[in-house]
Amino acid sequence: MTHLTMTMLAQTIVSGLMIGLIYALIAVGLTLIFGVMDIVNFAHGEFLMLGMYASFWGASLFFLDPLFTLPLTALMLFAVGVLVYRLVIRRILAAPMLSQIFATFGMMILLRGLAQFLWKPDHRTVPHALVEGKITLFGLQLGTPQLTASLGAVLVTGGLWWFLNRTRLGTALEATSIDREAATLMGINSERMFALAWGIGAACAGIAGALLSTYFPIFPEVGADFILVAFVVVVLGGFGSVAGAFWAGIIVGEVEVLGGFFVGPAYKNALVLSLFLLVLLFRPRGLMGKA
Amino acid sequence: MDRLTLVKRILGLAVLIVALGFPLIVTQPTMVNFAILILMAAQLGVAWNILGGYAGQVSLGHAVFYGIGAYTSSVLAAKFGLSPWLGMLAGGAIASGFALLIGWPCFRLKGHYFAMATLAIAAIVEVLVTNWDYVEGAIGIYLPMTNSGWAGMVFTRSKTPYFYIALGLLLLSLLVSRILQKSYIGYYFRAIKEDPDAARSLGINLARYKLVAIAASAFLTAMGGTLYAQKELFIDPGSVLAGSLSIKIALIAILGGVGTLFGPVVGALVLIAIEEFTRQIFGSTGMGTDMIIYGGIIVIIAMFSPGGIAGLLGEWERAWRARRKLVYTPPGDGI
Repeated sequence: MTHLTMTMLAQTIVSGLMIGLIYALIAVGLTLIFGVMDIVNFAHGEFLMLGMYASFWGASLFFLDPLFTLPLTALMLFAVGVLVYRLVIRRILAAPMLSQIFATFGMMILLRGLAQFLWKPDHRTVPHALVEGKITLFGLQLGTPQLTASLGAVLVTGGLWWFLNRTRLGTALEATSIDREAATLMGINSERMFALAWGIGAACAGIAGALLSTYFPIFPEVGADFILVAFVVVVLGGFGSVAGAFWAGIIVGEVEVLGGFFVGPAYKNALVLSLFLLVLLFRPRGLMGKA
Repeated sequence: MDRLTLVKRILGLAVLIVALGFPLIVTQPTMVNFAILILMAAQLGVAWNILGGYAGQVSLGHAVFYGIGAYTSSVLAAKFGLSPWLGMLAGGAIASGFALLIGWPCFRLKGHYFAMATLAIAAIVEVLVTNWDYVEGAIGIYLPMTNSGWAGMVFTRSKTPYFYIALGLLLLSLLVSRILQKSYIGYYFRAIKEDPDAARSLGINLARYKLVAIAASAFLTAMGGTLYAQKELFIDPGSVLAGSLSIKIALIAILGGVGTLFGPVVGALVLIAIEEFTRQIFGSTGMGTDMIIYGGIIVIIAMFSPGGIAGLLGEWERAWRARRKLVYTPPGDGI
């Protein structure tokens, strides 16, 4: 292998890592919601889309960089998540699985429609982002926005892991995820935990959206590009496992870019989805899921 | 037979007669086209319902069978000059074979996992077909218009023949549903759906009956795909393999009422009506209003009426019978 292809390969591996960390951040919210209440949120990509639009409007109306408005975006999406839980999810907790799938599915279509109605179907980009251009590290060219985004994703995912494992509230959330009834007997209000899971899940997706907004086009159906990948990450990592989603995100990012590198970009999605099927069939509980 | 059953039978017969005579009375092309869309949607909903409703295996990837049907007959017609009627059967057979192939491993999965696996399989097939040059990839296939008439299933002057083909397919699908539901297989379906563990402990081979369901469902769905191809005379991955199509197929049954014979027909009527009216009122381009209404309805149905429209009607029927002090009818028989 020539030196040039080696550099290209290294470049590919690093870009896989960078996008994989974003996938991980999107997936931790999804896996948290699933772990706590066994509901698959098909509208998760739309939370990401809302995060992107929040960043876009902050930048174009108030000239605030997505990185500055990030805490606000996170809070806003937290509120959206809690609202969705209170208005819709709470009522379908005991419903048949089909109703649960279609409730979040309908929300997905509804939110896409609303975004299209309010903000037009155009592709938009954040004007004058704070982080721009490229830097060279060890002979590899790295996009600064991508690098910033992946660092942000690591921080937030790590922060969530710390919250779930090291704080009282987070442990209560974990307890609900492991055994809802036992947790209730211990005096944990599961209703409150469900709302919290939705809030945090949506906020994670929103933060991922804000981080992506500086280098990814923003449009109403952008969530579709990420939701299937997020499912793959959740399944590979093991439903409900935040640490699993982190590692699975990186693996999926690598499979995607290396598949694109060796097989051809047109097939990278098919490869990721094939990985998904293999995991579903041969190890449905994923890398670090509960047995 | 009590009075309500009699009324339902007469009503059913009346609907069938009206349907048969519809294109003779209503000749406006837009209205005929509207009716064809409803019949085609209903047929797909009924086909999906065999797997998703009766056997309780939620598929979110039915477009893959539809696409196989459309592509098989189109490739055979465009490249080999084969009649679409034979193409329709070939498409059904290939779709059934593919269904058995994916059903065998996937039926070990439960609930969400099965739904997500079907979603993934359909997405993979869409990517593969989009990059497959032999079937013209993303460009799509234009069907030959030379063989106009019933033999070639191409009708250029009037759409009415498509109406009767769609109606025939719908009746065939209803018949297959009915036969499966009333035969011993139907009881196994219910057992699988209501309590798979108990069914297994009684020695029922769950996998075998699920495979029957997916094969029948795939065959009928593929036949619908061929009809679509012949009606539009053009197919591409976006029109016959899209993920949104899979969702729509499932939605028709869910809206109308999962696991009931005529629920999907009612669902198709409501769904296509909503689609067409929002398109006419708000226009179709880029406003997103159709999606808002569509999504809103799905959420509301999921939240307040998991049994769909047929579920509501079934409840009214039971209430009516209860008032008349007639025998109790078990839930699930719907309209």
